[in-house]
Amino acid sequence: MYKLIRQILSSGIKSEAPPAPDPGMRVAPQRLQQDILKHFGRALAIRHVDAGSCNGCELEIHALSNPYYNLEGLGIHFVASPRHADLLLVTGPVARHMETALKRTYQATPDPKLVVALGDCGCDGGIFGESYACLGPVHHVIPVDVAVPGCPPSPTAIMQGILAALSAGPSSA
Amino acid sequence: MKIEDFQPEFAALPGAAPVWHGALDPGRLRPLCQDVRSAGGRLVALWGSQGGGPSFALHVAVAVQQGLAVASLPLEREAPAFPDISDIFPAAGRMQRAVADLLGFQAAHAADRRPWLRHGHWPADRFPLSKEFDGTRAFPPEGDTYPFVAVEGEGVHEIPVGPVHAGTIEPGHFRFSVVGEKVLRLEQRLGYTHKGIEKLFEAMTVEQGARLAGRISGDSTVAYAWAYAMAAEGVSGSTPPPRALWLRALFLERERIMNHLGDLGALGNDAGLAFALAQFSRLKEDVLRTNQALFGHRYLMDAIVPGGVAHDVDFRGFSRIIEEITELEREVPRLKRIFEDHAGLQDRFLTTGRVKPDLAARLGLAGLAGRASGQSWDLRAQFPCAPYDGLEVRMATHRGGDVAARVTVRFEELTESMRLCRILLRKMPEGETSTPLNPMQPAGLGIGWVEGWRGEVLLALHTGEDGALRRVHPHDPSWHNWPVLEHAVIGNIVPDFPLINKSFNLSYSGHDL
Ligand code: SF4
Repeated sequence: MYKLIRQILSSGIKSEAPPAPDPGMRVAPQRLQQDILKHFGRALAIRHVDAGSCNGCELEIHALSNPYYNLEGLGIHFVASPRHADLLLVTGPVARHMETALKRTYQATPDPKLVVALGDCGCDGGIFGESYACLGPVHHVIPVDVAVPGCPPSPTAIMQGILAALSAGPSSA
Repeated sequence: MKIEDFQPEFAALPGAAPVWHGALDPGRLRPLCQDVRSAGGRLVALWGSQGGGPSFALHVAVAVQQGLAVASLPLEREAPAFPDISDIFPAAGRMQRAVADLLGFQAAHAADRRPWLRHGHWPADRFPLSKEFDGTRAFPPEGDTYPFVAVEGEGVHEIPVGPVHAGTIEPGHFRFSVVGEKVLRLEQRLGYTHKGIEKLFEAMTVEQGARLAGRISGDSTVAYAWAYAMAAEGVSGSTPPPRALWLRALFLERERIMNHLGDLGALGNDAGLAFALAQFSRLKEDVLRTNQALFGHRYLMDAIVPGGVAHDVDFRGFSRIIEEITELEREVPRLKRIFEDHAGLQDRFLTTGRVKPDLAARLGLAGLAGRASGQSWDLRAQFPCAPYDGLEVRMATHRGGDVAARVTVRFEELTESMRLCRILLRKMPEGETSTPLNPMQPAGLGIGWVEGWRGEVLLALHTGEDGALRRVHPHDPSWHNWPVLEHAVIGNIVPDFPLINKSFNLSYSGHDL
C-alpha cells in the first residue's frame, strides 16, 4: 500500500484543461433543447459502437480516460448498455456485417440521443469507402449530429466533437 | 524438417525474410504438413489466389528450421478443392473456411465447413476474391443464420454476448455454455468487421497499398506496414538503406512498448486495480505524444513506406526518446513490484485462463500468448532480419500459460524493447532513409514476416503479369490464437472472461479483413 501511495504522489496530477467545443464538426443542427443539454453536460453517458473500425479509433477513445484527458472529470462516462446512454460514439466505416447491430443499438438508445461519428472512416468511409463489404460513413445507416475527422482523431479532437454535440449550436427547433 | 527436404521445387525468394517458395502437388500437402508437424514446425498462414500462373492456387506457409516455406498448390478450375489439413494443424480450420467464403476453394472432407467470414451479405456461390467479382457491388443480405454448436445437459444454459460489447472493444460474438458460473464451452463467431480489405488491395497502386496495410489493425500499424514494405521490396528487388531499417525497428519496438503499457494498465484494471490503468495509461500517453512530436503520428501510421521510412530522427528526437526510456526504466520496475506484491491482483491472475504448453503446442498458440505457454517462437530472435541480426534479442518465455504468465511476458518484453531502443539509437547508421522502389517483377511473390507486439504478422504480395498488385494477403497471429481462447476459458467463471480475453488481446479487424 505504501508503495502504491508513494507512486500516486510522485506521479502528481496530470489532468489538462479540456478543449473548447469545435462547432465546425457539427453536421446536423442541434435537435435538443437547451434545458436538456444542460443536464447532459453534467452527466453524459456514452455508449461506444465499433461498426467496423481498424481499432485505431478505439485506441484514442481509450486515451480519453487517461489522466491527461480525464474525460470522467468532466462528468462524461462510458456505459455498458445503449439503454443507459445519451450519446453514441460510432467508429469505423459501417461494415455490412455490423449494419443490423448498429441499427439495433441506435434503436435501443432512449430519446433524446446524440450521435458522434468518429474518424475519417466514420465521416466519409475513409480508406475503406463503400463496397460489397462496407456501407461507408455512419450517416448512411443512422442519423449523425457531429462528425470528427482524423485517422484516428486525436483525443482532443474527440473531446471537441463530444462537447460540440452538447453545445447549443444552430438549432432546428 | 529442413528446406532441403522440400527440394528440388523450393527456391529462395528474394527479400529480407528467409523464405523459400515452390509448387506442390496437392496430393503431397498432407504428408508434407505431417513431416513439418512431427519435426516441430508450425503452420503460419493459408490463403488462396486466382489469376496469374496457375490460375487457381492455394498457398500454405509453414515455419521450419531455417525459415518459412511457402507451398503453392495448383487447383482445378472446376470445383477447386484441396486436402483438409485442420486435423494436422487445428489453426488451419478457420483459414480454410475463409478461403471457401472468399474464393470457393473447398477443403475436402473437412469436419467443419460452416461459413466463417461470410454472414450472408454476398451469395454463397459468389466469391469476393474471384476476378469476376465486382468489389463495388453490394448484394441484398440473405437471412443470417449461423449454426452454433448446441451444448446439452442438465443445468446448462447459454449466454450470448455481442457483437456489440460492453466495453470499448471491437465487435464479435461469444456464446458461452455455462453451468452456474462455470464456463463449459465458448464458441466464437467473428467476421463482423469484414471490410473487404483484400479486395481493395487489388485495385491499388503499391503506394496506396502501403496506407491500407497500415490500417488493417490499428494497434499493429507498424508491423503491417513493415511486412507490406518487406514484401514489396522483395518483389521489386529493392533494398532500403540501413538507416531506414534501424528506424523501422525503432518504430516496431515503440509500438510494442505502447501496446504492452496499455495492456498492463487494462489488465490491472480488469482485476480491480484502477491505479494500474491510471499509471500505465499515463506512461503510454507520454510515448504517444513523443511519437506525434517526432514522427507526426501518435501510432506511427504511414511512418514506414515501401523503400524506407517517411521520418528521420535528429539529435533533438534522439535525446527526447532517451529521456523517455530513462523515465520508463524507472517507473516500470516500480509498477511491476506493486503488481507482484498485490495479493488481490495475483489471486486474479494466477491459474486463470490457463493454456498448458502441450495444448498450446497442439493448437499452435502463437506470439506473445504462445511465449507465455512455452512456445518459444520470436522472429526477432530466431530469424532476425536486419537490424535484429545484430541485436541478440532475448526472447521472453514462460510455461505458466495463465493470465499471470501473459502479464510477466509483457513486462519482460517491455524491458527488452527499452534495451533495444537504446541500442538502436546509439548504433543507428548514418545515411539515407529511403530509396525509390525498382519496378515490381511480373507474376512475382513477395513475403513480409515481422514479429509484431501480438505475434508474427505475415504479408504475401502476388503481382500480376503487369507487375501490379494481383493478390495481397495479410495474416494476423489472431487467426491462431482466437480458437485457443475458446479452450483457455473452459472451467473458468464467466466474470473472469474479460480478464482472460484482455490477456490475449486479439485483433478482430486484422482477422476479419
Ligand atoms: S479513421 Fe483511421 S484509425 Fe479510425 S478506423 Fe478508420 S482507418 Fe482506423
